[in-house]
Amino acid sequence: MASVDGQARTLGIVPGMTITKARSFAPELLVVDAEPEADLQGLRRLALWAGQRYSPVVAPDVPDGIWLDITGCAPLFGSEQALLKDLHRRVAGFGLSLQLAVADTAGCAHAVARQVPAGRPVTIAPGDHRKAMALLPIAALRLDARDVEGLRKLGFERIEQLVGAPRAPLAKRFGRQLYRRLDQALGQIPEPIDPIFPDHLPRARRGLMEPIATPEAFARVIGDLVADIVVQLTALGKGARRLDCHFARVDGHRQAIRVGTAAPSRDHAHLTKLLCAKIETIEPGLGIEAMTLVTPLAEAMSASQSDGLAGSGRKGPDIAALIDALANRFGQRHLHRAGPQPSAMPERSVARFAALASSSGIAWAGDLPRPARMLDRPEPIDVVALLPDEAPRLFIWRRRRYRVTQGDGPERLYGEWWRDHSVEGEQPYTVRDYYQVETETGGRYWLFRAGDGENPVTGPMRWFIHGAFA
Amino acid sequence: MRESAVLDDLRARIAQIEGTDGRHYAIPFGIESIDCRLPGGGIATSALHEIAGSTDLADEASATVFLAGILARVEGPVFWCLRWRDLFAPALHLAGLHPDRVIHVEAGSDTNVLLAMEECLRQPGLAGVVGEVAKYSTTASKRLQLAAEGSGVAAFVFRRASRVEQAVEGTAAVTRWRVTAHPSEDLGIPSLGRPRWRVELERVRGGNPHSWIVEGCDATGRIALPAALVDRPAAQEERQFAA
Repeated sequence: MASVDGQARTLGIVPGMTITKARSFAPELLVVDAEPEADLQGLRRLALWAGQRYSPVVAPDVPDGIWLDITGCAPLFGSEQALLKDLHRRVAGFGLSLQLAVADTAGCAHAVARQVPAGRPVTIAPGDHRKAMALLPIAALRLDARDVEGLRKLGFERIEQLVGAPRAPLAKRFGRQLYRRLDQALGQIPEPIDPIFPDHLPRARRGLMEPIATPEAFARVIGDLVADIVVQLTALGKGARRLDCHFARVDGHRQAIRVGTAAPSRDHAHLTKLLCAKIETIEPGLGIEAMTLVTPLAEAMSASQSDGLAGSGRKGPDIAALIDALANRFGQRHLHRAGPQPSAMPERSVARFAALASSSGIAWAGDLPRPARMLDRPEPIDVVALLPDEAPRLFIWRRRRYRVTQGDGPERLYGEWWRDHSVEGEQPYTVRDYYQVETETGGRYWLFRAGDGENPVTGPMRWFIHGAFA
Repeated sequence: MRESAVLDDLRARIAQIEGTDGRHYAIPFGIESIDCRLPGGGIATSALHEIAGSTDLADEASATVFLAGILARVEGPVFWCLRWRDLFAPALHLAGLHPDRVIHVEAGSDTNVLLAMEECLRQPGLAGVVGEVAKYSTTASKRLQLAAEGSGVAAFVFRRASRVEQAVEGTAAVTRWRVTAHPSEDLGIPSLGRPRWRVELERVRGGNPHSWIVEGCDATGRIALPAALVDRPAAQEERQFAA
């Protein structure tokens, strides 16, 4: 038996058993031939998928794990927890069972993921990896089965015992591998993750004769790498949508920067500028000895005619370059264009489109008054108004009194009863009567009454302020 | 006219040094009494302008639409850098600024808004760059002014929730405006007429402060002078500000 599922495990079947013995526990056992080669391919595919989505530095960990270096990747998801939650949800959605662990060192994460079957992501706080490792069994250290057995015979069960024991005799007996693994897990020697890249994508590498450590030197090498990539992209007829630049430090540590573009690009100056803007996130330490530039995401891009002599005159603004610079600084989702979205409720009538999405040319109907500043959620106000359909004479908002001189309305909006998960879903007859009112000082506000003023089914007849007009 | 030819010449020379001589394009309001008080006859491109409402939401809304109206009359994309999320895009469209032209940048904080503005201002060919901030320093205004001069793009800093009586720090902006709501004409029927604003030019480089009562933007972003006020003696409106 190479591997068993959870149900078989409860029956007492464990990996390593013979099929005959396992059949004696469960005669109806379903046996599928192990395909280590296919498993490895699957693992690789999963790693590359994670590489697209979460972090540029990924590698399969044979036979059953995947490494992800998520250093600096959490902000894209809001927090580390959010990243883990997303990863867990998606992989579980593929029908795989998984255990996630995050720790300072690869060894510690490896051990915790396999020894602590929590069912949800486990995070070892920074600096706590030593404590977390202490109580785990020695088998968690990625040692040979023979060494584990030998250590057990000597009375070593948990990792903390190994940490406290004199090193020389054990190292002599079990070889250097034992302490290498221990030191890696405790973070005393680095354990770089050797990232894998999709085969078919453009890639360029520069090994450096002397380690470099200054931003200017990085910028130069990035310029060279981008030039190489641009040649490859041109040959493929593609443009880069995403670029990862990996930095290999002399001490084996690896770092990466990732930039994205809103539209496929193979403009040397533009791509170089995007990458160089992030150089400051790299800690050069004692120096960088190799740099690799990969294009994990490239899209078809037709050749454009060069401007030549005729094009030296006026040119339109290069919006794509500006959008990329902003998106890489503030995040893609903080950059958008507004557009109409069919909805009866004003707060849902604005949709967000990608900043470079092709222009639809359509906009909202021009005949309905809409406020320039709208409150995120309507705030309740106290009013003096005549039912059923007169504009308020006076309203009090945020403890200030506004005397209304003129008003217009109502504009009656019916709730979207077809929405299940909203207020309207629960109260299908909701009505809002919107009024524009002008106060003594000339300020114009947008007020509404929840309810039509007559029938209590339509709403509680409370008044709200929703925004202000010009 | 009290200015002599010598004075005119001197003014022109100073303006040339200050970069307000109108050799750049300016966006006129199309209202003689306003345009004549602005160097270059309108809102100068390649310059920084400050716009404020007040702590009242309705005044903020007025200032927003006033700004949208200016941008609606220029060609090209507009970058609107936000810190708050209360801007409601359909209103910009009502002032003639089509949503396809506006790219919203949710920068999140004053510092980031200013950073984003500066980045945008390096790109020539935009219609304008707007940034909404609570506070910003003289140094920041100088940086934005320089960036705007470099690319020829009009920059607008919208100072949110700015108190009317607030003493304002020195600024490198070419003009500083305050737009507040003003009671509109009573139509005598239960309806609302065209909104009116009090537009105060609090500071203008190479000119004097002034204020006007105007009628709000139409669908193409044009403001107008109320018919009843057009013929009023200018002296009555004249107000001096300690700018």
